[in-house]
Amino acid sequence: MCLSIPAKIEQIHGETAVCSVGGATYEANLQMLSTETLQPGDYVLIHTGFAIQKLDVEEAEASLKAFADFKKLNEDMDREEKENNQRLI
Amino acid sequence: MKYIDEYRDRETVQALAREIKRISKRPVKLMEVCGGHTMSIQKFGLPALLPETVELISGPGCPVCVTSRSYIDKAIAFCRQKDVVIATYGDLIRVPGSESTLEKERAGGAQIRVVYSIMDALQMARENPDKKIVFPGIGFETTAPGTAVAILEAYKEGVPNFFVFSAHKVMPPAMAALIDEGVKINGYIGPGHVSTITGKGIYMDIPVKFGLGVVISGFEPVDLMQSVLMLVRQIEDGNPQVEIQYKRVVKPDGNVKAQQMMEEVFVLGDDWWRGLGILKKSGLKIRPKYAAHDAEVNISSEGMVALREPKGCICGEVLKGLKKPKDCTLFAKACTPRDPVGSCMVSGEGACQAYYLYNR
Ligand code: SF4
Repeated sequence: MCLSIPAKIEQIHGETAVCSVGGATYEANLQMLSTETLQPGDYVLIHTGFAIQKLDVEEAEASLKAFADFKKLNEDMDREEKENNQRLI
Repeated sequence: MKYIDEYRDRETVQALAREIKRISKRPVKLMEVCGGHTMSIQKFGLPALLPETVELISGPGCPVCVTSRSYIDKAIAFCRQKDVVIATYGDLIRVPGSESTLEKERAGGAQIRVVYSIMDALQMARENPDKKIVFPGIGFETTAPGTAVAILEAYKEGVPNFFVFSAHKVMPPAMAALIDEGVKINGYIGPGHVSTITGKGIYMDIPVKFGLGVVISGFEPVDLMQSVLMLVRQIEDGNPQVEIQYKRVVKPDGNVKAQQMMEEVFVLGDDWWRGLGILKKSGLKIRPKYAAHDAEVNISSEGMVALREPKGCICGEVLKGLKKPKDCTLFAKACTPRDPVGSCMVSGEGACQAYYLYNR
């Protein structure tokens, strides 16, 4: 019940939005957000039929970039371990 | 799916696991408060990736699990009254009361309808003016604002046959009570969707009073591993604080509009939690202004049965993180998701069900 999913807004009709997740569509009540700040293409978190927050795309991209750096570090470590034939961690 | 798959990336999870292993020196117990986290942790097998120094334990954040049997008993008493229809989230219908469940009542002819949103219950009330629609409101700060929206709409529009039976609760008193009771933990993985509404302010006491860190986390495996890393780092540095891992969704102040609606409709009152007993100011009660939509004020619970707790169920201990589901002698024997004895086995967010499905 406490699960929420990021869904993409397809259309807005007053205080309701039609949203999609993968191939499925959902209706979301927008009364908890300011509709002026929303537009089709935005992602919102839906919980029991309500959009409870707009997903911050900049933050999402920033975290994904940080993860990419992390993975690179990890690969470097892998390589070093292989070269030295010694386990670092 | 965008903004889901990236946070399930196996290599990222492994990279994070390695970093945790690198920096973790002291043995720590971290509690994931939210049942959604418990499910995700078990489903993605995260404990196996963590070093021996890091143990995850599940906490009291499954709304169905902490709800009292007498709440279910009362809902059942309501559904036996004339013209009452119970419109509920699916999670609730199989939760055992002292003698029955809403599902059994439905088989016996009671009108029980499963809805996806409380707005569907309100719509049902508009369309059936001769029926009394009762919606059992369970859940924490994530779910309560939706209930507030529906009550405000019913009030404004005048939908006289729409009632809410509120067992909504707030999270911080339970988190403080656990530490007061002496449950030994070293940090909290904070429920991300509670803070989507409340922001981070509600936890500011925890580092100050108890010296424990809180990292507000998302629900995907990458989110959870990063949160563990952040907590381990705080502990190793001796610097407990409230941090947000789930920044793409959680803003420091949360969702102010939702908070205002919640505040308008509800007032804090004492409430009972499975495992923790009565906690001061931990329940959301409907304010007198909206009493016309309060089921407890308007619907009779005549015939409500006396409370009886099941023998052998240790849900209360599990919710406090003192015991694991496998410590229960009924686990996976007399108690299964098909035939649950306690609430922790019924709910999709209950620790017993999570262990049953993914870690038996
Ligand atoms: S396994 Fe069943 S009986 Fe045992 S604690 Fe969990 S819910 Fe209760």
